Formats: sequence, C-alpha cells, structure tokens
Amino acid sequence: MIGFLARRLAAMAVTLLVICALTFAVFYLLPTDPAAQFCGKDCSADRIELVRQQLGLNDPLIVQFGRYVAGIFAGQTLGTGPYAVRCDFPCFGYSFQSAQPVWTLMMDRLPTSASLALGAAVLWLVLGLGVGVLSALRRGSWLDRTLMVGTIGIAALPVYFTAMILLYLVVTVGGLLPYPRYIAFTEDPGSWIANLILPWTTLALMYAAMYARMTRNSVIETMAEPYVRTARAKGLPERRVVGKHGLRPALTPVATMLGMDLGGLLAGALITESLFSLPGVGKLFADSLNKADQPVIMGITLLASFFIVSSNLVVDLVYAWIDPRARLA
Amino acid sequence: MTGQPLLAVHDLSVHFATAEGTVHAVKGVDFTVEAGRTLGIVGESGSGKSVTSLAVMGLHRGATVTGSAKLHGRELIGAPEEEIRRLRGRTMAMVFQDALTALHPYFTIGDQIAEAYREHHGGSRKRARARAVDVLGDVGIPEPARRADEYPHQFSGGMRQRAMIALALSCEPDLIIADEPTTALDVTVQAQVLELLMKLQQDRGLGIVMITHDLGVIARVADEVLVMYGGSAAEQAPADTLFAAPRHPYTRGLLDSLPRLDAADGAALRSIPGTPPSLLTPPAGCAFHPRCPVYAAAGDPRCTGDRPALRQVADGHRSACVLDEVTTA
Repeated sequence: MIGFLARRLAAMAVTLLVICALTFAVFYLLPTDPAAQFCGKDCSADRIELVRQQLGLNDPLIVQFGRYVAGIFAGQTLGTGPYAVRCDFPCFGYSFQSAQPVWTLMMDRLPTSASLALGAAVLWLVLGLGVGVLSALRRGSWLDRTLMVGTIGIAALPVYFTAMILLYLVVTVGGLLPYPRYIAFTEDPGSWIANLILPWTTLALMYAAMYARMTRNSVIETMAEPYVRTARAKGLPERRVVGKHGLRPALTPVATMLGMDLGGLLAGALITESLFSLPGVGKLFADSLNKADQPVIMGITLLASFFIVSSNLVVDLVYAWIDPRARLA
Repeated sequence: MTGQPLLAVHDLSVHFATAEGTVHAVKGVDFTVEAGRTLGIVGESGSGKSVTSLAVMGLHRGATVTGSAKLHGRELIGAPEEEIRRLRGRTMAMVFQDALTALHPYFTIGDQIAEAYREHHGGSRKRARARAVDVLGDVGIPEPARRADEYPHQFSGGMRQRAMIALALSCEPDLIIADEPTTALDVTVQAQVLELLMKLQQDRGLGIVMITHDLGVIARVADEVLVMYGGSAAEQAPADTLFAAPRHPYTRGLLDSLPRLDAADGAALRSIPGTPPSLLTPPAGCAFHPRCPVYAAAGDPRCTGDRPALRQVADGHRSACVLDEVTTA
C-alpha cells in the first residue's frame, strides 16, 4: 500500500510538471508581450526593455521555466536592485493587472468556488443517485420513462439558459430570493445558503441529469450480475440484496466520476460563476483570459491540474478501499 | 414426512414475454427428488434445464411460472415471496456454475457464508463466522480460518467452487440444486468437486438436482436422469437404464457424440446435425424432429402433429418419442 502510494505520488508530480511545462510553452508562443502587458499603457520602448530585463524575459526559456518552478517551492526575488520584490513561497508571480501576488488572488477566491462546487455536488448526488436508482429498480415503468426523458431534457439545457430561467422565475417574478451575491459562510451561514441556492441549482441540475443516467445504467448492469442472484439464492431480503450486494458495486463508477468532476470544479465553475457574478476562481480565470493576464492564467491552470490530479489519487485510494481486487495494482 | 418426496415437480411451465413474442422456456416438466438421491437434468443450452431450477428456487425474474413444485409437500409456485425467501438458502440451496462471478467480489468468503447463516439462524457474528470456518473445512479447504478472510479472487477455481458449495451447505439445506457446478473447472478438479458433493450427500442425506450438459458428470453422480430438449422432457429413466438402453433418438445422439477411447482409430467424432430449436418459434410436434435421424429415415405424421408427451416404455423408463416401436425394433 505504501509502495502504491509512493508510485502514485511520483506519477502525480511528473504529471503536474508536464502540465506546467506545456502551459509555460504555450504562453511563450503567444503574440502578447508580457513586458508590455506588465508595463501598462503608454509605455516607452526603453521602459519595456527595462521591464523585460527586470522580469528576466531575455533569458532562455528553460531558465525562465526553472525559475518559475523553483519559485513555486522556494519563492523567488523578482527584479534586481531598487526594483527587487521578494515573492515568498508559494510564488506564482504577480498579476499584470492588479500587481497582486497570484497566490493571494487565487486563495481569496477559492472559498467561493469551493462553496459553489461542494454545495452543488451534494445537491446533484442526492438528485442524481436518487433518480438513477429509482429508475433502475423500476426499469421500464412509466416512472422510469418519465424520469429518463426529463434528464435528457435537463442535460440538453445550456447552463446560462437554466440560470436565466431560474433568475427570472425565482428572483424577478417570485421575489423569493435576493439576487445572488457571495457572502462568506463564516460571516452569515443563512445568507451564504440563500445566496448560493440558485448557483447550486444551476450547476447541480446539469450534473444531476448525467449522474442519474449513469447511475441507472450502472445499477441495471449490476443487478443482473450473478453475485446478485447468489445473494437472492441465499435467502436475503430484497432490501439487503439491493442495498448491500447491488448498490455498492454499482456506485463505484459514480464515485470515480465524482472525484474527477469535483476536482475540476474546485478550481472554478467558469460559466456559472460569471453568470451569477460570484467572485470565484472561475470568474478570476475568465477575467484574466480577457486581459491576457499570463501569471494568473498559469497559476489557475496549475491549481486546477493539482485538484484534478489529487482527486484522481483520492478516487484510486477509495476504489482500493471499496474493491479488494483493485488493491493488487 | 415419510412417503413424501423431498421435491415433487409437476407440469412445471415457464414462459417469458419478450419484444419478439412469448418464449416458452419450459413446457410441462415432471420430476421428483428423494432425500439422499441425485436427479441429473441433462440438455443443451436452451433446453430449459437452468430455467427449471431457477423457477423452483423462485429466482426466475420476469418470467411466468405455472404448474406445481412441492418441497416437503409445501407448494412453492405462487407462494408469497417472503415465504419462498425463508426457504431459499435454508431448505433449498443453489450452487452456481461460475463461482468467480457468482461470489461477490467485494466481500470475503467468510463474510458471504456468515451472512447467509445469520440471515436464517440469527446469532452473533462470531458464531456465524465460526460456522463459516467449519463448513469451509467440511468442503476440504485447507486452513479454513485463514482462507475465510480472503476474497474470491484470491482462491483457485477449484477452491472457489468448494467455497460456493460451502455457502450452499452453511444452513444445512435438504435440497441442493447444482447448476453446472463443474463446467468451469479442469477435469481433475471436476472429479474432486463431484466426489465432494457425493460424500456430502452420503453424510447428510442431501437431495441433489445436478444440472449439466455433460453426460460424463451424469454417469458419475446421478441416480435418475431427466433428458430435456427444447423446454420439454425427452426421456426419463434410472441412470443405469438410460446409459444401457436409451430410447429417445436425442438421448442416443447425445451418447453417440461422446468421445470414446475404445473407438476405432481415426473414427470421426459423431455429432447431432443441426442446432437446438428456437424457443420463440418452436417446430410443430416433436421439437427434435428436424434433427432426428429416425424421422429422416421413417418420417411419421405423429412427429409433426401434437407435441408428444412422455410415455412409459419400460418399468420406470419414460420416453417422449412417438416412434418408440421403430427405434427399439
């Protein structure tokens, strides 16, 4: 188990390094000049050259990359002489736009994105698993058919459409909720929930529809397994046959998918955050893209990769915990 | 209970509604099983032998079962599910073909056996586990206390099948239905497993229904044999009689197609030409007539008229061939 963990952690580090290198290379190829970006409007050619020297942009790409990676772990000093700025661990550089450290920008917004992602995940799991299991156990009934047609319909709706409809019905017409704005959980838990209900619902509906369909297929497949028949042949009550012998294996692939989805969403739900003006990592990413704020874009890309790769590892560990056959790997 | 057979099946029929029409998987089968005796049911895939056993166990999901099956004189067909469930595993138990898929991959062998025991006998986990270790020892698994904590995938094929038998035995049933219990095993292991079943039968007075397509297995273990073809009984006789003097052309074809060591060098293996009949659109009359050499040689309108029923042809020997006088001449 320790060997397994060590191998997986090493693989994880390599994956992140490769992603980091690729992102770095992509930005080097972009036509925008980081020095001009950093310098701002109405910058003379001399000043741009000075900035370029200060940022070390004249160094070979590999040296710049090495400095970037080293900075993440050990911090780095940007610039020289009177312009020198110490950027402490973990250093992802400074935003061209706001001159704030990228790390601070991301960490300020992470709670918002995490609130959105985790809350939505709870909602879509309850909905998706409930509908999926119910449909599978009542396979072929009118209930199953209605639910499955419904999930296709919901899955087909674009997020911005759902968001707009929800806002119109609940806020504009119904007046049931305020227009969402982010309030920290620590500040006022009640408002935190009230303001996040619509974003949660918007995000969760799409995922719930996918999870319901996947759960349904998985449960139908598992309930046809010979070991489920054995459980019945042992004389176990149906409740136990389904609950213990059927659902556990059926939900394993769902857990895998949840890990991946949640990993991606922790680093921001780009569209949903923008739609509801939630100051999350996704919104920050969208804004940075618009302004070619290279350090921020790189930082968020790495953060997202980190979450996805680590949630993958968590999924594998959970998998090994559930399914003894996976422990050999 | 004296004078009453352990299991008495009378005019048992099973049909499924499918999109293409009704499938008559079993059509009016009769047989009895006495305590301490073995009934072999032999037939090709699709002959209805497995469906018959599942119907007796009440595990025929989505099928309609008519007729009668009495266990200790108690009617099973049409009985409330809860009543059948209490008998399953406890009074009648089933051994399935492929223990790797029939045992649950997520739970240890010991847990799976203990679960069945606790369901029917209650008691502490400790006692159920002790019982599991005992039966594992009974079926000849070395170091049963250690192996009870292992998972099915850690067992060899033969040991897994023994564990499957241990599971069936754990609640001391009176009847064991074994559906192709040795088909997935090597020949040597196959012999060991059959010997084990016969020894357990002697020790405990078990009634056994042995379902197989393998006449070699039948010859080794069966007291009585029921040959099934296309969902109906073709021939029924004591095992010795059946092998010595088969009456139905299908049974003869099966026996002729066995490879023999005493056959002349270079003699080709014989097979029954054609394929088993479709259960959806079965041939009129005798289901075997399209493949029957006797019909081909001396066709008779009775072969394509009404579906022939079993008729007494000798003491304790019944055949469904209407051309019996031709075949025995």
